[in-house]
Amino acid sequence: MAATTAPPRAPRLGRLERPALTGVLVREVVNFSSFWRSSTFSSTVEPTIYLLAFGFGFGSLVSKIGGYDYVEFVGTGTVATAVLFSSAFPAMFGTFVKYQFQRTYDAILAAPVDTEELVTAEALWIATRAGVYGCVPMLVAIAFGLDPSWGMLVVPLIAWTAGFGWACFGIMVAGFAKSFENFNYVVSAVLTPLFLVAGTFFPLSRLPEWAQVLGNVNPLHHCVELVRHAAFGFQGWTDLARVGALVAFGLVMWRIAIHAMEQKLVD
Amino acid sequence: MNGDLAIRLRGVVKRYGPITAVNELDLDVPMGTCVGLLGPNGAGKSTTMRLLTAQSIADEGELEVLGFRLPEESKAARAQCGVVPQLDNLDVTLTVEQNLLVFTHLYRIGRADRRDAIERALKMANLVDRRTTRVDKLSGGMRRRLLIARALVHRPRLVLMDEPTVGLDPQVRQQIWALIDALRAEGTTILMSTHYIEEAQRLADTVLIMSHGRAVAAGPPAELVAEHAGREALEVYGPPARLAEVEADAGAAGLRTRRTGTSISILGVDRNGGYSVDGERRPANLEDVFVLLTGEEIA
Repeated sequence: MAATTAPPRAPRLGRLERPALTGVLVREVVNFSSFWRSSTFSSTVEPTIYLLAFGFGFGSLVSKIGGYDYVEFVGTGTVATAVLFSSAFPAMFGTFVKYQFQRTYDAILAAPVDTEELVTAEALWIATRAGVYGCVPMLVAIAFGLDPSWGMLVVPLIAWTAGFGWACFGIMVAGFAKSFENFNYVVSAVLTPLFLVAGTFFPLSRLPEWAQVLGNVNPLHHCVELVRHAAFGFQGWTDLARVGALVAFGLVMWRIAIHAMEQKLVD
Repeated sequence: MNGDLAIRLRGVVKRYGPITAVNELDLDVPMGTCVGLLGPNGAGKSTTMRLLTAQSIADEGELEVLGFRLPEESKAARAQCGVVPQLDNLDVTLTVEQNLLVFTHLYRIGRADRRDAIERALKMANLVDRRTTRVDKLSGGMRRRLLIARALVHRPRLVLMDEPTVGLDPQVRQQIWALIDALRAEGTTILMSTHYIEEAQRLADTVLIMSHGRAVAAGPPAELVAEHAGREALEVYGPPARLAEVEADAGAAGLRTRRTGTSISILGVDRNGGYSVDGERRPANLEDVFVLLTGEEIA
């Protein structure tokens, strides 16, 4: 049997390498080019409908909340809704489909990409989309009377930060899920309550104390408040603490998502 | 490290709960050769393939791929490997060219070389005319060729092929064989799992027969056949009672037999000049070896 001498070894590759992250991101971007219309539609229209329905529906009954016009209150609050809808949900369903049905991750992990890089790149991409889609309700609100302000320029960054955490949350859920049906528990028992107790449509101060406590550990609430303050004026250390909460949420979810997917993808 | 080995496995064990999928497996794949893992479904072939890309982690044993220890250095090994999976995992909404483009990035091909890499892979897989076709519009054979092209886009030193022709019709299978043969002729090291006897016999320099996670024999196909099944086999047809009689007679004459549906194959008849019975002589093959060694039918 003919045998040749193996060439010298290449150096050992490290963790979280840029080429690996880029490779996964390129795949996402190229794929996105084939379904961006439907994705953009669902991620922007739904929060916009919430904005219009609550803003002009309740807005006709409620003139001001916390000193803001109700449309302004909801217009800034639904940014967080758009972030949630464009990050947690695609991450959950997309991740599950990719590993369970399309076996996309098997293909990627056969290349020089590790699970940590795969999860990180997926979350980065979803966060980027959330950063863009999150701004849509605010733009719609501007069209309906919300005054633009310089602080709004940081809203994409706030949306990106929150989107990263929710993307990792969605990937984590997909990593632990055994079937699509498992998502029902998460949507009903986790996402819906957090969505409602985020201060998007009404202030938390009107809720019972236990709900206020729950609201204050809800990352979505911090996103809502930060966007509102970006539009109407930041509140110094309080907002810095909220940024810290979002960053901490993202980091914790990121590590758990990696762990969950390693369990799922490597046996 | 063994410099002339692309793959070196020693005492590899992989368990899934009470099931031992790979059991004390030793495997050497010399550089520049094509080695076939031959066995029926459940023999441990696909698990072995997953172990080689660190998508499964061995419970025991040593694994080296291209000189890198697994799983610690798997990523560096994967950078120089191409993998053709058993199940299609192409991006079906993308075109042929886009699928390859994605993998030029994943395999870290420099910007200046990407175009050439894609063109080369398209030519090799005979998909140049289909470059702009969406994958979900391709036939099964074309999709399989694209999977192979994708695995070769970065000119890997080692290609792992997990059942490369499973589910394909005979004509398409021939095309894939020609493609693999061309690779082999270029000196690319190939490890290919298959449960098609003819595939292993045609393409592999060395065959490792697996059964229940174990390697039961290894060697060049012709040598395995000669060693275990002789040069010729005698195929005897008849009613069950007649076959049972022939089986008993052959056994008494020291010959090994295997049932093949409506007939019985008597192996090694060329080695026993005294034995005679009416039947059709045919060359012994790997299937005879496989059945003799494992007691299982392969497909």
